[in-house]
This record gives sequence, C-alpha cells and structure tokens, in this order.
Amino acid sequence: MKQLTTFTSKELLESVRTGKMLILSILFLLFGIMNPAIAKLTPWLMEILSENLTETGFSIISVEVNALTSWTQFYKNIPIAFIIFLLMFSNTLTGEYQKGTLINIITKGMNRWKIIVSKAITIIAFWTIGYWLMFGITYGYNAYFWDNNIISHIFFSAFCSYLIGIWLISLLLLMSTIFRSNPFVLLAVGGVFLVIYFIGLFPKIGTYMPIQLLNSMDLLLHIEKISEYSYAIILTLIFSILNIAVSIICFNKKNI
Amino acid sequence: MDMLTISHVSKSFGENKVIDDLSFSVKQHTIFGFIGQNGAGKTTTMKMILGLLQFDKGEILVNQEPVHFGQTNTNQYIGYLSDVPEFYGYMTPKEYLILCGKITGMSKEQMENRIIETLKLVGLHSIDKRIYGFSRGMKQRLGIAQALLNNPLLLICDEPTSALDPLGRKEILDILSHVKKHTTVIFSTHILSDVERICDEIAFLHHGKIALHGTLDKIKGIRRGNHLEIEFYSSSDVQRFKINYPESKIINELRLRLDKKTEKDMQNIMQYIVENNIAIQRIEMLEPTLEDLFMEVIHL
Repeated sequence: MKQLTTFTSKELLESVRTGKMLILSILFLLFGIMNPAIAKLTPWLMEILSENLTETGFSIISVEVNALTSWTQFYKNIPIAFIIFLLMFSNTLTGEYQKGTLINIITKGMNRWKIIVSKAITIIAFWTIGYWLMFGITYGYNAYFWDNNIISHIFFSAFCSYLIGIWLISLLLLMSTIFRSNPFVLLAVGGVFLVIYFIGLFPKIGTYMPIQLLNSMDLLLHIEKISEYSYAIILTLIFSILNIAVSIICFNKKNI
Repeated sequence: MDMLTISHVSKSFGENKVIDDLSFSVKQHTIFGFIGQNGAGKTTTMKMILGLLQFDKGEILVNQEPVHFGQTNTNQYIGYLSDVPEFYGYMTPKEYLILCGKITGMSKEQMENRIIETLKLVGLHSIDKRIYGFSRGMKQRLGIAQALLNNPLLLICDEPTSALDPLGRKEILDILSHVKKHTTVIFSTHILSDVERICDEIAFLHHGKIALHGTLDKIKGIRRGNHLEIEFYSSSDVQRFKINYPESKIINELRLRLDKKTEKDMQNIMQYIVENNIAIQRIEMLEPTLEDLFMEVIHL
C-alpha cells in the first residue's frame, strides 16, 4: 500500500510541477464556461448573420435559446476534451520508457502492477474532477440563465459520456504497455476506437458497444430510454477493467 | 560467500545470441570489473541480474536467492546505477531519495539519516535545486546516492564513468572504493585504467562468454610472455634484425617489438645482438597492460 500511495503522490506532484494540472484545469473550466456562453451569444451571432443574409433574400425571424442549446454544445465539446486529455497523458508510460526513469524505481523493489494502478488512479482522478467540473459549470450557468428542468436525464446522460472517457483511459494504458512510443499509442487507441465505432454502426451489436454511450444526448430529447444503455454501460465497465488487467499482465512481461 | 552466481545463462534477441552459456560468480566485499567491447553483453547481463530482462536459460542467484524476471524480491539486496541515470527532473535530490526510500520500505527515521549520509557521501547535501539543471557528473553522483540508499549488499554499476571528465571519474571511483567495505560492487566499463585502479577481480566478456576471469595479477600471469621492445641506433640494424626475427613488429624507424617473449627468449635475442655487432640504445621487457590483454582477447 505504501508503494502505491507513494507512486500516486509522485504522479500528482509531476502533474502539478510540469503544469499538466494547470492546463487541464484551464481546459475544463473553459469548456464549462464555453457551453452556456456560446448558447447565450447565439441570438447576437444570428442577428449579425441575419443582417448579411437580408441582402441575399434570406431572413432569420427568431432564435430560441434555452438550456438545451447549451447542453447540445456540451456534447459537441466532449470529443475535443477527450482528444486533448488523451494527448496530454499519452506519454504517461512511453515518456518513462524513453527516459529510463522507471529503471531506478523498479530496481528499488517497486511492484510493477502498482505502477499501472497508480497511473490509472491518477489519470481517472483527473478525468473525474475535470469532467464533472466542466459539467457543474455548465449546469450552474444553465440553471441561472434558463431552466435545466425542460430536459430529462441530464446526470445519467453525462455519466454515459464520462464512462466513455474511463474506457478510453484504460485503452490508453493498455496501448502504453504494448507500444514504446507516443504516436503508436495514440494510433492504436484511435484505431481501436474506430473499429468499435464501425462495429457499433450495426444496430444489433451497437447497443452493446461503448460507442452507444456517445448517443446519450438523445436521452435529453426523450428519443431513447435509459434501459437502452444498460448493456453498453455494463460492457464498457467490463472492457475498462479488462484493459487495465491486461495492461498489468503486459507490463509484467515488458523488458524495461 | 558468493554474493552473485550466474550459471549457464543464455540470452538471444531474435537470431542474435547476446549471452552464450555465461557462468561466473562474485565474492562478497569485492569490486568486480566487468569488461567488454560495446555490444559484448555487459548491460544485458546486468539487466538480467536485476530481473529487467528475461533470460532464455540458466540460473542467476543474488545472495543465494534466484532471480525471476519481472519480480523484484532479489532487488531488495541490489543497488543499481546505470550509465546515464535518469531521474524525475521536477524533483530535488532529497525529494527523489525520499521517493526511493519509501518504495524500498524504509522507515521515516531510517530515511532521514540515510538520505543525509548518502547525499554527504556524494557531495550533494547542500544542493536544493531541481534535478533538471544537473550536469552529468551531478546526476551520476545522485545515481550513486539512490543506489546506496538502502545499504545494498550488491551494487551494480553499468559504465558509471564512461560519460564523465577525468575529475568526475576520479570522484566516482573514490566513492566506489569507499563503499567496498560494506558492499559488493560489480562495475562494467571499457575504461581499463579505471578497472586497474579499483577492481579486485575482473572478467572479460567477449561474444557473450567469459574469455578471461580472475584477479588482475592472475590474468596478467596467464599471458604466455611479455612484450620485448628494442631501440636501435640505426635503421639498417632494424632491418637486419627483422630479417632474422620476421615475427617482430616495427614500431618506428628505430624501434621494434616482439610479442609474448620469455626471459629465455630475451637472453637468446641479446646473444644474437652481440654476435652480430648490432648497436642498441635499449632493450626492455614490458609488463602487459590490461589494454594489451583486452586487445588480445577481442582478436582471438
């Protein structure tokens, strides 16, 4: 346990001193503010656009903005947040391989599985805090400017997107134990995501795939029911745990 | 007692056999010089001892306990210093040693004393800046401090002096000589003067096998003779001598050398010189250096 807490503290210190924590805080804060801000600015933007369109014969009569506009923006921004977040942590192990910093740690008697678990805890903690901070800011502004009650399943829908992040983090860790360089890790994560995405296009299998969780915005619009996500949630959790378990097995066999 | 025993260990990378049936042992409280060309398999051997690389067959014992790849039980006895040790640059030396101490399971009191001791030993006790700005020499000294932190029974140093200037090398060698009282040291290098200076026992690794092994005196004694160097007064005498001793090698216009000669050979040569009225400035039997032996081994 001491090794686990020590290495997790080291990961946290690294995030603070290398500026990673600051960048992530700014990123999630900005995303959180941007969603309602864009919604709030939409009528004004449309007004400007309308003046230009009048000359061409088109006209915009009225623009209705509510909490849904802001939440739509929230779900549009999530893939960008995923990409930036994964890019920032893609060197979590490859950086250590390339510099050789793990050699001293392992030769000091550190159990290899604890390195993977420490990294998983840290990255998942950052994702959890960052994601729910972004969600909280959007939720707060939406409640202030409009009414969140006009849409349903806000929390469940957000939880689905959050789980996709957890699955991607576990995939990132797995690929980091297989490949030694950053680009390969990112390509492999992207590759697996695309394969799952295309499999998810088949309706019968799609409901079981983690990709199904990306459609969770439909819950806000009452297009789908919560029960339609239960298999995808269970399988995403199983895939995530399996990814971390296989990461540990691969890392135990890796020549450092 | 042997602190390290390697028995019939082999390791291949694909088709390339890097270590071939390697066997040797290292006695307690000795400094063991592990010599070989680049690519001879020194680092591979060290990484196998540390459980960082899997070996194909054979057995490695550290303090009489077997080493298993990927597990770290025997690493509790080992301190390791790599050729270019890398640290977390955002930490100070003290913070880094605290991290290492906690990983090895040292208590807070043990750690506090030992960190001060080791930092003093390597001369970094007054430095409180982050490791980012450290020179190679400073990193090497910090590497020794981390390797010695938990009072290891076996200290493994992989070419610790190869990247250092003469002053840095001297500092590192002094530290290694100092720690010998409590620790067994394995020290790989291709700087042979360093080996002659501090090692009690040496082994030449060539093509993944031990080509020579023993104390420095024993290894020098294995050689079937020494170099004989003769300096003449005229180049014509050099040519006359060369005709009678075709195996001799001309070093320059007035000097030539004969390899692997005994005292008896020297007497015969001197008799030939006198009988043929050859004038010489000097005739000398030269002790073989470690470098001569190294060159002999790699050209076998």
